Amino acid sequence: MRTRARAFFILFCTQVLTLVGLLVHAVGPDWADAPAIREQRALVQHLQLTDLCLFTEARYTRHPSQADLSTPFQDHPVSLEHFPSGSFLPAPVSIRRVDVALD
Amino acid sequence: MWRWIERQQHLVGFTLSSLLRRKGKTLGLLGLYVLIVFVLASVTFFARALQREAALLLAHSPEMVVQRTVAGRHDLMPVRYLDVIRAIRGVQAAHGRLWGYYYEPHDGATYTVLVPPAHAVPGTAGEAERPGVGETPAALPSAAIGAGTAVVGNGIVRLRRAAVGDVMPLAAHDGSVVTLRIADTFSAASELVSSDLILVTEADFRRLFGIDTAYVTDVAVTVRNPAELRVIASKISRQLPDTRPITRAEILRTYESIFNWRGGMIVVIFVAAILAFVIFAWDRASGLSAEERREIGILKAIGWETADVIHLKLWEGAVLSLTAFLGGVILAYVHVFFTGALVFEAALKGWSTLYPRFRLVPAVGAEQIAALFFLTVVPYTVATIVPSWRAATIDPDTAMRNTAE
Repeated sequence: MRTRARAFFILFCTQVLTLVGLLVHAVGPDWADAPAIREQRALVQHLQLTDLCLFTEARYTRHPSQADLSTPFQDHPVSLEHFPSGSFLPAPVSIRRVDVALD
Repeated sequence: MWRWIERQQHLVGFTLSSLLRRKGKTLGLLGLYVLIVFVLASVTFFARALQREAALLLAHSPEMVVQRTVAGRHDLMPVRYLDVIRAIRGVQAAHGRLWGYYYEPHDGATYTVLVPPAHAVPGTAGEAERPGVGETPAALPSAAIGAGTAVVGNGIVRLRRAAVGDVMPLAAHDGSVVTLRIADTFSAASELVSSDLILVTEADFRRLFGIDTAYVTDVAVTVRNPAELRVIASKISRQLPDTRPITRAEILRTYESIFNWRGGMIVVIFVAAILAFVIFAWDRASGLSAEERREIGILKAIGWETADVIHLKLWEGAVLSLTAFLGGVILAYVHVFFTGALVFEAALKGWSTLYPRFRLVPAVGAEQIAALFFLTVVPYTVATIVPSWRAATIDPDTAMRNTAE
């Protein structure tokens, strides 16, 4: 039984050390100043970019910060969001405050 | 103290033997538990990392972008609006941006066509006013964009299997073909901002979309004092009522709300994982199996106290939940930061055929780990104690007899 208890403690310690190692990896180097971040930040500044290239399926998902205020409802005022990536972007707070259910 | 440690060692040993006797059930339980923690941790890590990445990258986006809206939609802005904006006190510079979308039917992809500020024709903005002019960053492909040439994003290169020097024919607004030679490409490391970009000269842009020189897409505004940004935005709205100013703070807020746990698919994943966990913990809390009940009966019959049985079950819950929690969190970290969130890729791609390949910068806080711990380990461990206490307080003979039912 003691052998099993020791084996568990070894497994537990290994897992804890791995997690600590990963957390050190997360905070260790200055990620905010990593070459890839610096490069992309310079591009954003130089090209005056406003959005991340995450969802290219529609114009308002490609540039969500530049989209018209009512873009997700562009077909008619109570239409459901059309594209899958729209489900990652919640409606603005002002719309969520409306008491009447829109859909 | 040593006696206490020795006692705990024996209890853990006994717990492990007990769990290994029910190997199939234990492994199934552990697998399910690891999976639930993995899903919850992956969603949390991914959302936080993406929000941080957006904050880091877009901190240098324009201070303010002014759009013109017509009939509720974004419309082209007359160049004369630039003079009105420049005349507002506190505005340091205002220059027209030229960008648009090009849908490529063969690939089913939408590209973003952009004129770099340095390549805009003088007149839409003063040379000195344009940010970035004369200080080309290393990230910007070195090849100069000239008439009939373009610099394209890595996503487009991958999608079209194109290379530097290849020719890219694009259908212009009037049905004619605009042929662009790929002069250079963006680096793979910059895909999160440049994957679908096509940089062209102003002349090529206007020829492609048929936009008159009297118009620009929108206006980027720089102010002298950032504290006055809101006041200047309201002045612009007053003087040009058909425009909509978007400040950098609003751009950043958009990405703070992306993958918000209260929104869309994330809430579905979260609720599904938490419900699965509740059912799982409830199953443990609602009662013990006949075998476990018999085991408790035997332990009580050979002289174990109720406290010893509860202690044993506490260890059982702790062994399972700690192993699953640590395993799930480690797997989630590897999944999000080393494999580029492979499992989420299909959901993120949606209908888009052009998707960037990117590695997120690790962003994990102690509070995230603590929240996951209290959400998963504590309820399960507590859930295992209640039925054990109930079984341990009844007569051993009854406990053993009930197993036949």
